[in-house]
Amino acid sequence: MKLSGRAFKFGDGISTDHIIPGRYAGLRSNLDELAKHVMEDASPDFASKVQPGDFIVGGANFGLGSSREHAPLVIKMAGVSAVLARSFARIFYRNAINQGLPVLICDTDRISEGDDLEIDLPGGIIENLTTHDKIAFSPIPGVMLDILNEGGLIPYINKYGDFRL
Amino acid sequence: MGKTLSEKILSARSGKDARAGDIVISPVDLVFVQDTTGPLTVRQFRAGARQNLAAPGKTALFIDHAAPSPHRQLSNDHIFLREFAAQTGCLLYDAGSGVCHQLVGEKLAGPGDVIVGADSHTVTAGALGAFATGMGSSDIAVAMSLGRTWLRVPESFKINVSGAFQKYVEAKDLVLHLIGALGADGATYKALEFSGETIPRMTMSQRLTVANMAIEAGAKVGIFPSDSVTREFLKKQRRGERWFPLQPDPDALYERTLDIDVSLLEPLVARPHTVDNVAPARELKDVKIQQVFIGTCTNGRLEDLAEAARILEKKKVHPGLRLLVAPASRQVLHDAMDGGYIRPILDAGGILLPPGCAACLGLHQGVLGDGEACLSTANRNFKGRMGNPESFIYLGSPATAAATALTGHITDPREVGK
Repeated sequence: MKLSGRAFKFGDGISTDHIIPGRYAGLRSNLDELAKHVMEDASPDFASKVQPGDFIVGGANFGLGSSREHAPLVIKMAGVSAVLARSFARIFYRNAINQGLPVLICDTDRISEGDDLEIDLPGGIIENLTTHDKIAFSPIPGVMLDILNEGGLIPYINKYGDFRL
Repeated sequence: MGKTLSEKILSARSGKDARAGDIVISPVDLVFVQDTTGPLTVRQFRAGARQNLAAPGKTALFIDHAAPSPHRQLSNDHIFLREFAAQTGCLLYDAGSGVCHQLVGEKLAGPGDVIVGADSHTVTAGALGAFATGMGSSDIAVAMSLGRTWLRVPESFKINVSGAFQKYVEAKDLVLHLIGALGADGATYKALEFSGETIPRMTMSQRLTVANMAIEAGAKVGIFPSDSVTREFLKKQRRGERWFPLQPDPDALYERTLDIDVSLLEPLVARPHTVDNVAPARELKDVKIQQVFIGTCTNGRLEDLAEAARILEKKKVHPGLRLLVAPASRQVLHDAMDGGYIRPILDAGGILLPPGCAACLGLHQGVLGDGEACLSTANRNFKGRMGNPESFIYLGSPATAAATALTGHITDPREVGK
């Protein structure tokens, strides 16, 4: 499977409050409305610019803070096909996989705002079509790859009935 | 080779010889959600093949983050959670009961437990010697359904605490110092395990404050041994039968050891907009503060309110400054009333809020205005956290908060307490 789109670049320490501010908790049962505020406190016009297939490219410790699974959920709802970062906060990483959203650990200093990227998920390679650079990403751990391949944790459990380690 | 606290608990619960790096499946002794993560969790649960809870008595819903509700959407979410509790027979702690993590500590958690909650500050229960960690709605929905979860056994950092706290230096200052030293991602995926000569002298309230903020360094758990302090706390909560001693093996393997001599610490403050942006309170006198908030799962306990009351007694809050005080639970509120700690806070001009999360996450009861700054005893100062990305949040201890309420600018409590 190949993913392709443009890069939206963010800095280090993008928190779940940047991704979906806590003040919108009243919209958490109205996901379509909630998703309109994706990345609002990091980049107010992100929601209007992002196109299906595009990538969020962060720095270190992406997704720190709250356990709200709404964070990867609204990113996925915005059409983002993967989040790339130098490192991820633990709960966000697990939540993203559980929502079927690929999260890839790689050297994001080699990607700039607006770069066109093509990602070969099974091959483990990100091709930066703008700079003709090939960037490897760290493999997703086994159990999490199985969950991702089923489209998330709920479909995975519905299929297998239990964890398969 | 011996085992860390995390390895011991996960070995006992999974039935395997669990070592750092292993992936285990563990039964969960408590699984919970709160009102902002609960609705999605219930929907994920309903999307699953099984419609029954594995253990209703070990499943809890807390209505605390926006309670009583500030508007109709959240009111309807509360109805949705109450209906789920009625349908499934799980535990429900409704508005006014208190913050989930405080109630878990008071009523539910015990040493050796594996606890998972749809809230990142689930780590708080590590104070009682539990392996407690936050997860998202899908993981929690599956834990509710299967009664177990998968976990990677974390490597542990040994935090070796020595010395005695100086007056007006608190557990909050210890954990702010630690996060400043580690950085906001310095312990990602790791367990912070607390040990050393000071630990037996640390109260359960202090341990809860420290464990609560382990996540602010990225840690999976922040865990204390189960000792005589744990035993006395559980006995006082009429749960003495839950106690057993739990210590790491002397030859356990730690990835890293950090030594902290608390006698060298001074009152600290985390500056906007990251928790690891730590500086001494005395260096921040120029920062004017419009709101002081004392409360939350970090610092809304009896000892915290008592410390604030002592500093505020027979004094008045700075003109134009709002002092908000929210006890972490109904029990804390009752005990604070009995102890005479509420009257001095009210006499000084403080505003008493109901037990719950209150102003912490910007949904109600103290949203900041544009350009305003708050000194809060909470655990997070991210941009926008208190409801407004154009505001500024500083984090400090209850003593620093009370001192700041009197002066209107960030104040080292040793200044006003002299």
